[in-house]
Amino acid sequence: MNEIRPDTFLRFDNVKKSYDQKSLVVKGFDIDVKEGEFITLLGPSGSGKTTVLMMLAGFESVTSGNIAIEGKSINKTAPNKRNIGMVFQNYALFPHMSVAENLAYPLTVRKLPKGEINDRVAKYLKLVELSNFGDRRPGQLSGGQKQRVALARAMIFEPALILMDEPLGALDKNLREQMQFEITRLHKKLGFTVIYVTHDQTEALSMSDRIAVFNDGVVQQCAPPSELYERPINAFVADFIGENNFVLGKVVSIEGCTAKVKTDTGTITTQTAAGLAVGNACKVSIRPEKLFIHPTTHAHENSLDVTFNTRIYVGDFIRYYFKLPNGTDVVVKVLNDLSAPEFDDGASAKLLSLIKNCIAFPIS
Amino acid sequence: MIPTSHTLDPDDARNAAREVRKRRLQAFLFVVPLLVFIIFAFVAPITTMLYRSVHNPTVANLLPETLIALEDWSGEDLPDDTILIQFATDLKRMANERTSGQLADEINRALPGMSSVVKSTARNLRRVEDSAIATNGVALLLDANDRWSDPTTWRAVRDAGPIYSSSYYLTAVDMERTVSGGIAPRDTQIYKQLYTKTLKMALIITILTVLLGYPLAFFMAHAASGLANFLMVFVLLPFWTSLLVRTTAWIALLQTNGVVNSTLLALGITDQPIEMLYTQFATIIAMTHILLPFMVLPLYAVMRGIDNSFMRAAISMGSRPIGAWYRIYLPMSLPGLSAGALLVFIISVGYYITPALVGGVDGQMISNIIAFHMQQSNNWELAAALGSLLLILILVLYWLFDKFVGTSNIKLG
Repeated sequence: MNEIRPDTFLRFDNVKKSYDQKSLVVKGFDIDVKEGEFITLLGPSGSGKTTVLMMLAGFESVTSGNIAIEGKSINKTAPNKRNIGMVFQNYALFPHMSVAENLAYPLTVRKLPKGEINDRVAKYLKLVELSNFGDRRPGQLSGGQKQRVALARAMIFEPALILMDEPLGALDKNLREQMQFEITRLHKKLGFTVIYVTHDQTEALSMSDRIAVFNDGVVQQCAPPSELYERPINAFVADFIGENNFVLGKVVSIEGCTAKVKTDTGTITTQTAAGLAVGNACKVSIRPEKLFIHPTTHAHENSLDVTFNTRIYVGDFIRYYFKLPNGTDVVVKVLNDLSAPEFDDGASAKLLSLIKNCIAFPIS
Repeated sequence: MIPTSHTLDPDDARNAAREVRKRRLQAFLFVVPLLVFIIFAFVAPITTMLYRSVHNPTVANLLPETLIALEDWSGEDLPDDTILIQFATDLKRMANERTSGQLADEINRALPGMSSVVKSTARNLRRVEDSAIATNGVALLLDANDRWSDPTTWRAVRDAGPIYSSSYYLTAVDMERTVSGGIAPRDTQIYKQLYTKTLKMALIITILTVLLGYPLAFFMAHAASGLANFLMVFVLLPFWTSLLVRTTAWIALLQTNGVVNSTLLALGITDQPIEMLYTQFATIIAMTHILLPFMVLPLYAVMRGIDNSFMRAAISMGSRPIGAWYRIYLPMSLPGLSAGALLVFIISVGYYITPALVGGVDGQMISNIIAFHMQQSNNWELAAALGSLLLILILVLYWLFDKFVGTSNIKLG
């Protein structure tokens, strides 16, 4: 266990969870969260991220390990005493209460004076730009409005920590983007700490300070979005976050942080990931937007010989599908500008890339 | 560019109207079988019953002339000789037509003991010549039985006369007409007490099914679907066994030497068997068992639709679980609760077979007395009046329910 840093607000210390007394759903989760941070738990469904959230909220017990807020363990604290706001995917607005009554609920539970409740409800309705909607029933609101009410309701009792369980999952794409912006705005303005669960990586990348990528009950990597994208520490993260091409090969030599990898289509120089050893099989990841089609003015250090397969017009960019000699597909994304080349079927081409954009991962 | 019209031309309008007509006809055809069935199996019998409760032409058909003659009678003293002679004539005719029994039954309802008087008098008059009745009818009648000298008897005859009468409704609420034509409580109070008891028992049964059913439905609705289905089988099991078998099973359990008593004796809790069968207690417990599914099913259906997140949201906002249940879950599950409570209450108010089998004297409900009047005392009119009152009572309760809870709050799934 690491030393507790003075600015640690929330700490998970080797937290494990088992439902059936046989297998672990969460296998030793550690994280230190600073006050005001926006942390996203990202992972495929069944990876244990929601379980972590429910343990934090107190609706699931912790099998072993410790969860602490400001240094005090909350393992044994009842969920209604934890002072944690929650936002759910289905909004969980109480249908028999008006919007204002929904917002007032956490305050009435705390037995605040009536005047103060009304003031605060008005303030938070204004904050989420729904001032005229206080008398409506949740059933009369649109999805986006409902979620803004749910947000306001989670914030109104000023909890230090707000948990969001796929809050935008039920919204359509345009609304989802608007709400991402809205949540970020409120987070910046009010400075609460957010633990956000999602399986949508664009959402995670665009909103979070740090993202913990879950797979199979284990955090694969916990890092800021850019680091996660540019420097994934293993093949799962490289594959799960964004789009990636994988080229199979064999490690020939390792020098410091770079390695030479022999592939079907020549030797590539790459960055190394942990666990890489000379003589072992590996796969080299290269993002589709970091590959350039020869001829190009971009600087380059590696090149791959491929044959053209097909090209798909997407609009703002064009996706090119090439095949490596062993049949593996390689995707290249090119901006839809004058430089986008045309190919005949089966024409051979050369793809170029920089060393810093190629990472070799060991094949386990 | 082709100019486009935004209005229907006559052809379009005709086509659209034809389409609408066709759809209406189709919709009507779909509900016709149900409509026909309801008219034959529900509307017609109910109407007949309501009609019968005020309509009784028996006496009017048997004694048409006597009744006309009685119209002018004051009701204080013995009627005039002409009336008595007319009655004697009618009675002789009835004796020959063998319809005097019907009159005996009708009069007997108002004045117990009159059945044998009417029948024996009719037997005596059968062989008397018409001329003898015309001259000596009064003496013949008064000699046949003392009760013919009593004005009360004649009032009973007169009061049984009208084809349309509210007397059955009066009887059904334990009232009767007095000599002076006013309305006063009857000496024997049966039905009001029985209605109260029926409502009280139905209420107790409803409360018991809520107490048993609500936690069960809550658990099932939020359990894993495998377990929920397994428990559902137990809830539905009573549905799959015959009502008679279930009720007789309760007889086996509750009787003096039954399972419950022998267990209590063996455990030394009591020294002698407790009388449980043929009591109100037996009716209530057996009906609670039988009606439980009617409570659990609508509750379960509604609770299934309430996501865990509502309670969780409330608790995360600082509400204690019990408070969250009271302010969030209970109002959300109320539609199921109302539907279940209304179903159980209305079914138990009109329940017949279980009280009849295990209720004894104490555990009888209003339906049992209705059945008694239809099967044993042959007083269909009173049975109809009692049944109509029951129907009105339920409608009033439903109206009250609608006023205070709102029928929009009823949900069966």
